[in-house]
Amino acid sequence: MILASALTYALGCFGVALVLNLIRLFTAPTVTDRILAVDTMTVNTIALLVLGGLKTGSALTYEAALLFALTGFISTVSFCKYLLRGSIIE
Amino acid sequence: MKRLFPHPVLSLALAALWILLVNHWTLGSLVLSLILATLIPLLSARWWPYRPVIRRPLGLIPYTLLVLRDVIVANFQVARIILFLPNDRIRSAWISVPLDLTSPEAISLLAGTITMTPGTLTADVSADGRALLVHSLHAPDPDAIRDEIKTRYESRLKRIFE
Amino acid sequence: MTVLLEILVAALLVLGGTFGLIGSFGLLKLKDPMQRLHPATKATTIGVGAALVASVLHLLLIGAGISWHEILVTLFLFLTAPLSALFLAKTHILRSLDPKVLPPTGTDAAWATLPRGK
Repeated sequence: MILASALTYALGCFGVALVLNLIRLFTAPTVTDRILAVDTMTVNTIALLVLGGLKTGSALTYEAALLFALTGFISTVSFCKYLLRGSIIE
Repeated sequence: MKRLFPHPVLSLALAALWILLVNHWTLGSLVLSLILATLIPLLSARWWPYRPVIRRPLGLIPYTLLVLRDVIVANFQVARIILFLPNDRIRSAWISVPLDLTSPEAISLLAGTITMTPGTLTADVSADGRALLVHSLHAPDPDAIRDEIKTRYESRLKRIFE
Repeated sequence: MTVLLEILVAALLVLGGTFGLIGSFGLLKLKDPMQRLHPATKATTIGVGAALVASVLHLLLIGAGISWHEILVTLFLFLTAPLSALFLAKTHILRSLDPKVLPPTGTDAAWATLPRGK
């Protein structure tokens, strides 16, 4: 009982966090802010996936969370690398 | 032996990582992890010619625990600043931290530690690798933060790596 | 024992959710781009970290054994958060920051991100 309500609360928190990130993405003043917003969205999505796995008891979501962690990091770094050096692989 | 395993620590880490990824303890995954742990360091050794030196590897364990504790404390501090401090009272500062460390691994570990701990974030390194540029979220006294980084983390890393 | 573990998992979930929310709120509230990097790297990482630890404990609680994937995800997030922050900070310094606000390096060389000759 206590677990189910805590889970619902956490899911709600990360959902609202995603909406806040979206608002940030659309109102961001600089490119860096937009990359940061997308990066934070990835992290929040990982949390949502893990919590969703907890709720449904499915083990598949962890694979998805792992893939999100990998691709999210690589996309952030390659965006930055592109802006810093004009190319991604030198 | 040295030619077959140019980076023994990397090989061990890769084998462990593969087994954790597979999530099942079978003989097949163990064999595959050993094959990967041999092949990947061999094929990538050309781009990574130097072997990192860690003088006291056991010292990394208390250091990790210290950093984990600080990460949790850091989060409560940052959360308090975000929630309760009005924007015009947040005094951010750039801090230049001169480095005594010389090993690149130790410097990157220090940079990572600074980013994860109380209100500070590594932003850049000087071109000759002798100083770190640190941004602090709320620093009424920047010099105190620099001294804390040097005594709390850098001196410990120096004992581990040099 | 089981009840204690259940309360611990619930507390971790609440803590994780709250920190995730605070981090994303900080992104909107803080005014300076460098300041915004702080909540994004710290609060969100601890939020997700707490959720993942709760998930590991929950699997132990229902007797499904220990799952290493959550631990891997946590480890990966903790290792990559400083790197993302460093790259974002470098991009910000290069693109939209006046180099005059940066302190001197204290050595002969300039900061690595700045174009040479500044």
